[in-house]
Amino acid sequence: MADSLDQIFIRAKQWLLSPLVGHAPNWLVQIGSSLLNIIALLGVFLTLFALISVLERKILGRMQNRYGPNRVGPFGLLQPVADGIKMLIKEDIVPVRADKVVHFLAPILIAAAAILALGVIPYGRNMTPFVIDGGILFFFAVGSTNELAVFMAGWGSNNKFSMLGAMRAIAQMISYELPLLITVLPVVMAVGSLNPDKIVFAQKYYYFGFVPHWFVLTPWGATAFILFFVSGLVESNRTPFDVPEGESEIVAGHMTEYSGFKYATFFMAEYLGMFAVSGLAVTLFLGGWRAPLPWLAFIPSYIWFFAKLSILLFVFIWVRGTLPRTRVDQMMNFAWKFMLPMAFTCLISAAVWHYAGRRLSGWLWSFATIAIVYLVLSLFLDTRKKFTPRTYRFAE
Amino acid sequence: MNSVVFAIIAIFTLTFALAAATNPRLMHAALSFAVMFVGVAAFFFLLGAEFVGLVQIFVYVGAVAVLIVFTILLTRRDAEKDRGFNWGGVIVAIAVFAGLVWAILKTQSVSIGPPVIKALTVKQIGEALMTSYVWPLQCVGVLLTAALIGALILVLEDKRE
Repeated sequence: MADSLDQIFIRAKQWLLSPLVGHAPNWLVQIGSSLLNIIALLGVFLTLFALISVLERKILGRMQNRYGPNRVGPFGLLQPVADGIKMLIKEDIVPVRADKVVHFLAPILIAAAAILALGVIPYGRNMTPFVIDGGILFFFAVGSTNELAVFMAGWGSNNKFSMLGAMRAIAQMISYELPLLITVLPVVMAVGSLNPDKIVFAQKYYYFGFVPHWFVLTPWGATAFILFFVSGLVESNRTPFDVPEGESEIVAGHMTEYSGFKYATFFMAEYLGMFAVSGLAVTLFLGGWRAPLPWLAFIPSYIWFFAKLSILLFVFIWVRGTLPRTRVDQMMNFAWKFMLPMAFTCLISAAVWHYAGRRLSGWLWSFATIAIVYLVLSLFLDTRKKFTPRTYRFAE
Repeated sequence: MNSVVFAIIAIFTLTFALAAATNPRLMHAALSFAVMFVGVAAFFFLLGAEFVGLVQIFVYVGAVAVLIVFTILLTRRDAEKDRGFNWGGVIVAIAVFAGLVWAILKTQSVSIGPPVIKALTVKQIGEALMTSYVWPLQCVGVLLTAALIGALILVLEDKRE
């Protein structure tokens, strides 16, 4: 029973493909299988996008002591439908001096990259849409085209706000891509594979029968998880780090000159990117679709995955509702002076953990490594109580 | 089957390479260049070198293309007009082409058969980099560090006055 529920989507896919198998050539079956995967992926994540766009506003409303959307449908749940129709029927304005082709291609590229990145994440047992050995590398290779897309949007609009926003966005994306990548490496080192399925498989067992082997429960894993999450916040341009589209400063950054459906595409890509980063965090550190306790394994794997994903998404929204926006220089200093050294420390700490035998002693040694580096860094980076006369670089 | 795919990728790559070389609008040329890198990565995928292909996209589309685009943006303002015929460039191009042809003719012929996929693990790549290719790796590391320090010095210059 539990097994059939767990594999229900796999069965459904096999059932849909069964008229093809045996009659059609092999490549046609393969194409059909891929198409089904794509449709399922798009269906699930676009629904999730619609859902989260209204839930985010509801949760933010709750945090800010107001109602949030409550007019369309029960509890305002049909708000995304209204928003979608509004976006679709809005006039699509392209500036006269814009570079038409580049302006048009940018939202397509950014959405395609976000959707492709979602493809390599294992959503459940046997439920990876796109199985590839270097899955993690694929995720980042696809994600790295984001910068080019943002640049295309900024440059193609031929607008100063757009260009400045794009420059800011690229600067922060490049700076935070380093810690994002380097915090993934300890997991890759510990597992010895770039395959997301194998990474989930490596977190299969339980200490003492009930503490899962999730990497977040090791000192290096916990540190790497936090760093990864913060970098993920930056990469998806979410609130404490939404400098590129700071409304009060540069209108909407690289999206200033986009309207109607193109703007909606950017908006969607941002959320899909958020899902992708959270999904990868779940896969790498939180055991993917594995149950947190062995006797809960009867609940289908995809439910566990999406439960963990929703918790991470809630934290994303929570952070947005709580923290003010950082300044550009604060963000850059944080990236290069704190995040990067800590990310490298995670790498070393994971090696220490591995060579000390992956047991309690390894756990303690690895904790000590991180604690020492953290203390040293905080000593050097402590800038409190040192008020000096302000110096100006470009003004007298 | 593979040769058809090869032809398609080759036409794709060459088209965008030509576009990159001839487009008078520098930004479009740079973006075509980025698309061409994707074509080159597709060749690696065709040969079954998944890791190299992904690194190709990651490094060239993600980093080098952005670098080129930024360089154009930050250095040249009126570059869209000047479009002379450059004999020096022609000589360099011919020299590079001759060098490549020589290198290709010297290697044993590489057949584009069905890719032989030996499951290449991260461990094997790491071992290869740390044993037989340790010197090139270290040299690249030193070079990149030097470039990084150089960039920092360039930026620091105006603070010193």
